[in-house]
Amino acid sequence: MKKNSLKILKKYFCFICLLSALCILGFNFASAKIITVCSDCEIKTIKEALALSLDGDVIVIKEGYYKENNLLVDKSIKITGENKVVIDLEFVNQGFVIKKENVTVSNLEIRNINVNYIQDLSAIRVEYTRGCTIENNKIYNSFFAVYLAESKDCIIRNNIIKGDAKSESSSGNGIHLWNCSNILIEKNETSGHRDGIYLEFLKNSKLNGNYSHNNLRYGMHFMFSDSNAYTKNVFRENGAGVAVMYTKYTEMRENRFEDNWGPASYGILMKDISNSIIMRNTFYKNTTAVYLEGSDMLQITANNFIENGWAMKILGNSLNNTIISNNFEGNTFDVSSNSTRNENVYQWNYWDKYEGYDMNKDDIGDVSYRPVSLYSMLIEKIPESIILLRSLITDILDVTEKVLPVFIPETLVDNSPRMIKYKYD
Amino acid sequence: MIKKIFKYVVFELIRSRIVWAYAVFLLLSTLGLFYLGQNSSKTVISILNIILFIIPLVSIIFGTIHLYNSKEFIEFLLTQPVDRKTVYWSEYFGLACVFSFVFTICTGIPVLIFNFSFTSIYLITSGIILTFVFISLAFLSSVINNDKVKGIGLSIILWLYFAIIFDGLIMSVFYLFRDYPLEKIIIFLTSLNPVDLSRVMVILQTDVSAMMGFSGATIQNYMGSFTGKVYAFAILILWILIPSYISYKIFSRKNF
Repeated sequence: MKKNSLKILKKYFCFICLLSALCILGFNFASAKIITVCSDCEIKTIKEALALSLDGDVIVIKEGYYKENNLLVDKSIKITGENKVVIDLEFVNQGFVIKKENVTVSNLEIRNINVNYIQDLSAIRVEYTRGCTIENNKIYNSFFAVYLAESKDCIIRNNIIKGDAKSESSSGNGIHLWNCSNILIEKNETSGHRDGIYLEFLKNSKLNGNYSHNNLRYGMHFMFSDSNAYTKNVFRENGAGVAVMYTKYTEMRENRFEDNWGPASYGILMKDISNSIIMRNTFYKNTTAVYLEGSDMLQITANNFIENGWAMKILGNSLNNTIISNNFEGNTFDVSSNSTRNENVYQWNYWDKYEGYDMNKDDIGDVSYRPVSLYSMLIEKIPESIILLRSLITDILDVTEKVLPVFIPETLVDNSPRMIKYKYD
Repeated sequence: MIKKIFKYVVFELIRSRIVWAYAVFLLLSTLGLFYLGQNSSKTVISILNIILFIIPLVSIIFGTIHLYNSKEFIEFLLTQPVDRKTVYWSEYFGLACVFSFVFTICTGIPVLIFNFSFTSIYLITSGIILTFVFISLAFLSSVINNDKVKGIGLSIILWLYFAIIFDGLIMSVFYLFRDYPLEKIIIFLTSLNPVDLSRVMVILQTDVSAMMGFSGATIQNYMGSFTGKVYAFAILILWILIPSYISYKIFSRKNF
């Protein structure tokens, strides 16, 4: 009898344990609630909703105009807008500050972020966390728009970011990442900032299909950001183009660098970049399409250089780069260098200025081509001589140098120039 | 009276085959460049090269030869009651106007049709000014030399000087004084050559000027401003007036 009752007691205990476990689980399920915010709802402000929410909740903001700022998100929630939700920061403070993992912010329009010289005020700021998603937002009149600091595994996608930058010193960046890793930045449009996309200490990330244009300084600017891939981005009409520095293992494919035209504009300026791949990009109408300074072991392959001032400016401290199978067409100068030595390899490129012949019809010219003209060397040495641009004497100099090369680097030569243009599109 | 002689000069020139050849050459090269090049603003730059090369050459050589060839006509005119001033200036304007007219029709109008822009207007203006400048120089060299061969030789040397040698000298100046700031000196030096001056003025109008870097920006500041343009224009006009006036002075005292 005693034994039996003990058994029953055990059974009961087990049952109760199970029940309570179920209860706890069930309670948790019930708690993943949807909080709706609108002007006629019970909850009228986003701040209230944020205060009421718990991990796993969804905050749905209905169409309307919300004058709020400093929205601290410290729970793992989803914040999403329905139709046109405008959050006006009225030039005070910042917008969303995300400090918890797995937060989603989507479909919102955030406006009017204040310019501040002490804090980097931003529309959406993510700090010390992981797994955030920032999607389909429109951010207008921003100082900084999307700012990620020390975060991982985030997605920034389909955002339209428009700033109203007047001067470099009083403006911020569109997408600003500092010390992040494993981030996907995709299909965003940034304009009117100091730098469209600014990356510092970013690792293992991907940037695809972004469009950065009409920014005051750079379309994209990164430093110390190893092992990232940049694909199918477009950088157009930025004050100084794209500048990248102090980075290894970068891959840039199928990007377009266009219309970066001005006395200090570059398609892409590379300083201390090494072991990277630059492939199938198009450089169109830039003052200087590619500028290499202290950059080593780059594979510059299958790119189009069309109608640039200088297709490539390679300083003497850039070594062991391979420039292979590119198209050079309609550039004022193809390659220029400040050094009389050459440590880079040029091969199988198509040069529209090439005047050689092809006897055996293998599409490879039988005479080698020297892409550096004497005049372009002269400009590197004496910048004032640019005043003689398009004068007869420079043509004469170039022709004599072509016939009898003395000054231009002896090894800077494409020994197998291609006769017909490659078709990369 | 000046009108009458002017008319004779013009009619005589229109009958000249060289003027027609010049017209056909200008027209064909302009149209050819526009048809071959896809980018019309770059084509304008290529046309600039033709203008800076061909116009001075043809104007100065043809101008010199023309004056020698019309020596008998001029001598005949001077036996009549016509003063030398009239003869000289109607010869000068006859030649310059015909050449500018040919240039305007054969290069100017196609350029304006294919690429109507400020650059094109500058291009055409500088073409016309260069025609006048080099015909002035042609008259000068033929007036100071009685010998035809010497006169043509001097003209060729003058052309070589303005088209090539001067730039070579500028380049050596840059090289010798490369440690000094040269921006202001550049502007002074370019004023000494009408070809350079008009080239710089046209290039500053195009987007190629962005390639000119720091020294280009300084030059743009001086020459691109309104005063700079007025200055350049005034210098170019001086380049027309001074040689033609000197040669007129010599012409009016000359023994035929």
